[in-house]
Amino acid sequence: MNIADPQLALAIPAVGAVLIALCGRWPDVRETVTLATAIALLVVVASLAQLVFAGERPSVTLFSMLPGLSIALTVEPLGMLFGLIASGLWIVNSIYSIGYMRGNNEKNQTRFYVFFAIALACAMGIAFAGNLLTLLLFYEALTIATYPLVAHKGDPNTVRSARVYIGILLTTSIGLLIPAIVWTYIVAGTTDFVAGGILEGNLQGPAVGLLLGLYVFGAGKAAVMPVHRWLPAAMVAPTPVSALLHAVAVVKAGVFTIVKVIVYTFGVDFLFTQPSSSWLVYVAAFTIIAASIVALRQTNLKRLLAYSTIAQLSYVVMATAILKPLSEIGAAIHMVSHAFGKITLFFAVGAIYTASKKTEITQLRGIGRRMPWTMTAFTIGALSMIGVPPTAGFVSKWYILAGSFQADNYVALFTIIASTVLNAAYFLPIVFWAWFSEDTSEPDKQHGEAPVAIIIALTITAALTIAFFFFNGPALELESQLVGRQK
Amino acid sequence: MISSNLPALQVVVPLIAAPVCVLLRRGTLTWLLAWLASWSAAAISIVLLIRVLDQGTISYALGGWLAPWGIEYRVDAVNAFVLVLVSLVGAVIVPYARTSIGAEIRSEQHYLFWTAYLLCLAGLLGVTITGDAFNVFVFLEVSSLATYILIAFGNDRRALVASYQYLIMGTIGATFIVIGVGLLYLMTGTLNLADIAQRISEMPVDRPLLAALAFLTVGISLKLALFPLHLWLPNAYAYAPSVSTAFLAATATKVAVYLLLRFTFTVFGKSHVFDDLPYGEILLALSIAAMFVASLVAIFQEDVKRMFAYSSVAQIGYITLGIGLANTSGLTGSIVHLFNHAVAKGAIFLLLGCVALRIGQPALSQMAGLAKRMPLTAAGLVVAGLSLIGVPGTVGFVSKWYLVMGALEKGWWWLAALVLLSSLLAVVYVWRVVEICYFREPSKDLATANEAPLSMLIPAWVFVIACVYFGLDATVTSETAATAAKTLLESLR
Repeated sequence: MNIADPQLALAIPAVGAVLIALCGRWPDVRETVTLATAIALLVVVASLAQLVFAGERPSVTLFSMLPGLSIALTVEPLGMLFGLIASGLWIVNSIYSIGYMRGNNEKNQTRFYVFFAIALACAMGIAFAGNLLTLLLFYEALTIATYPLVAHKGDPNTVRSARVYIGILLTTSIGLLIPAIVWTYIVAGTTDFVAGGILEGNLQGPAVGLLLGLYVFGAGKAAVMPVHRWLPAAMVAPTPVSALLHAVAVVKAGVFTIVKVIVYTFGVDFLFTQPSSSWLVYVAAFTIIAASIVALRQTNLKRLLAYSTIAQLSYVVMATAILKPLSEIGAAIHMVSHAFGKITLFFAVGAIYTASKKTEITQLRGIGRRMPWTMTAFTIGALSMIGVPPTAGFVSKWYILAGSFQADNYVALFTIIASTVLNAAYFLPIVFWAWFSEDTSEPDKQHGEAPVAIIIALTITAALTIAFFFFNGPALELESQLVGRQK
Repeated sequence: MISSNLPALQVVVPLIAAPVCVLLRRGTLTWLLAWLASWSAAAISIVLLIRVLDQGTISYALGGWLAPWGIEYRVDAVNAFVLVLVSLVGAVIVPYARTSIGAEIRSEQHYLFWTAYLLCLAGLLGVTITGDAFNVFVFLEVSSLATYILIAFGNDRRALVASYQYLIMGTIGATFIVIGVGLLYLMTGTLNLADIAQRISEMPVDRPLLAALAFLTVGISLKLALFPLHLWLPNAYAYAPSVSTAFLAATATKVAVYLLLRFTFTVFGKSHVFDDLPYGEILLALSIAAMFVASLVAIFQEDVKRMFAYSSVAQIGYITLGIGLANTSGLTGSIVHLFNHAVAKGAIFLLLGCVALRIGQPALSQMAGLAKRMPLTAAGLVVAGLSLIGVPGTVGFVSKWYLVMGALEKGWWWLAALVLLSSLLAVVYVWRVVEICYFREPSKDLATANEAPLSMLIPAWVFVIACVYFGLDATVTSETAATAAKTLLESLR
């Protein structure tokens, strides 16, 4: 049997979800099934990756949805990278979930694991979507599947936040993304992802900029301002959800959609000739700066990370909007490096909560001595967000900067420099307080490190963050295929 | 022999079965008979649809009397599709109905329920299949009278008032239709729809023709509950027994929409009557009003059944919107939405019937914690609700796709935007239900309730699964609808 089949990548987590539901009564079996599913998924995705490295584009048409429009999967470099991050980090995240959900005695754990697996199936569908319709189908399914995870606690406050979450995501996708896709279909006669784009010669003038706008804001998961508010609202979810979904799978699905549409629907070269598309750099730059300034003023750790994520997502959007080969590579690589760094940060924040129930920045003074593993990981994650070598964040920033020089885009250059300063301004004080300040917590609230499953998980991701600085060759090679065919 | 007489049997089978029910008088026996009759009708309609898609229009002379003198049954892609829709819904509901009416209707009246049900089915099928204008009126009355009975069975006393209200409105509608038909007969000397169409295409536009169009349009619009002629619908749906609501919501208004399609396109299509008439524009304006006003009203309803009744008025707005657009994509969207809305609303009202079986007709607050006590019912409501919103992967998306495409092909940006904006209103009222069902502790009514019996859940879930299946693989439904749309547009000038 050939395991390098994109259908399997969807089927495994979907079947896993069913099995997890059936094993709900035995937590140990259930969690074993989750881990086994995650590992099986990575094996399949990795075997797909071998094919893609060799230049193949595994492709399969599942069925026809509307006359002339089918649900189809095609694996290409960009989706391959997204699929690899999401499936790889799912394993780590599952280990972490076990420690977190048990450590905090969360309710409805079976529901949690079931919808997590479904969400991963949807993420795979997005990663390997062969056309816009397939992408849309899984994009919406991901919104719906993550809703129960966001609303997990079920108290009125959480339900209200979850309402913001689903409200904004459905509004943007139904109100903007669907018309964008219908429009594309009408002018181009197809929704397939084709290298070089399908719109050249079919659309001209200001309409191009408008359609781009529909896509950028329609993919609300990318959290480009002003459709970013769902992300801070989603922080009511348990931390494993924030870590994998709202730092990796869901938000990356958003920026992935934007990058994919620019590369495979508009075509980078075509879009570069269209002056009406130039606004995107400015909007993304504004989002980066504004979100960073808002992050400066946050006192809640998870909200701080949420605003940091908004800024980092717009890095990807800005990089792809620069429309130069190096910046497109930078955009793709930044999805990886941000994923490693941000999941580490969320893991650390969840570890702190599990061990001490602390959620505010001001409570972290001197915590480094109580939780050295956790805070080391946090420090590595924070350095990666700032872009300090030797962390993953440096690699992608390097490529984005190089792309900006290629395009002589000084707005982008200035934004990157300014936001680096801002990132340092909100992350470094936390790191400083944690390590060098006196422990002021009351003696009766003593605590040590978080459960061992959590420590294992965050050590792995922190190690990945550093490792990616040294071993990024394969990813770069993969993504240079992305731009290789376009000069 | 049987095979060539299928168009007649389509109507005759349920029509004969109805009086037999009265003779049998035993609840179980009549149920079995209704089962047999409705499933045969469904089988016949499917055979007819396949034959029409294969060989083109079927013309059948009733009793061997040829067209201008006798009544012609004429099946083309448009009404074959509607026949399948009506009879399939009728067939799925019958097995469900036994337990449901057992709880909601006194047992000595069950045979009457089945009689009315079969008459209603026969009437709706008759309206759809016939090619004769007066026959349309006759069958419309058969189905309408049966409908009044089906609504009046509701055990809430307000059901009687609702039924009476509908009786008045329905009768006005039927009268208008018969006046319209009379005027057409006066002018053309024929009742055969095809002949009428052919003769009025050569006539100048004069006052009787305009009057005929006006009477027919208003009369049919009353029956299909086009805003603002929908006032009978919310009460009728809210107080009728669960089975009646599901059946009527899925079929009765759809057949009226079919009539509107038939008259505006096939009959009046070739005449000059639309030349100076802002017919499409009026229809569009009313459709948009329906989509927004009814959705907004739905958001503020406490009674869940009433809420979804208002949602039906809004969804009918989408259907008439496609008719107003009158291009292939728009009309395809409109026709496919006949089916798509029927399965979604059928699912919702059947599931609400499951809830009603346990706690009586629910107010929204009484549905609190439904997911804990009746997980399958609640999950089904979510899926069908997503379909009302039009989330990709459900049938609602397919309809919206075509409607948005129809609007964009005309270059009407604002209309595409309005269609999608109004879907967001559906998010609001659907999500009210989702939150209450899933994130509240069970209400005291539901405290001891358990899941509904399988005999009800299975038919309800047939619709739920149809919502997803025909949302993912919509080639069959949308190709059939596209064929129907093309058939209708061919008859335009």
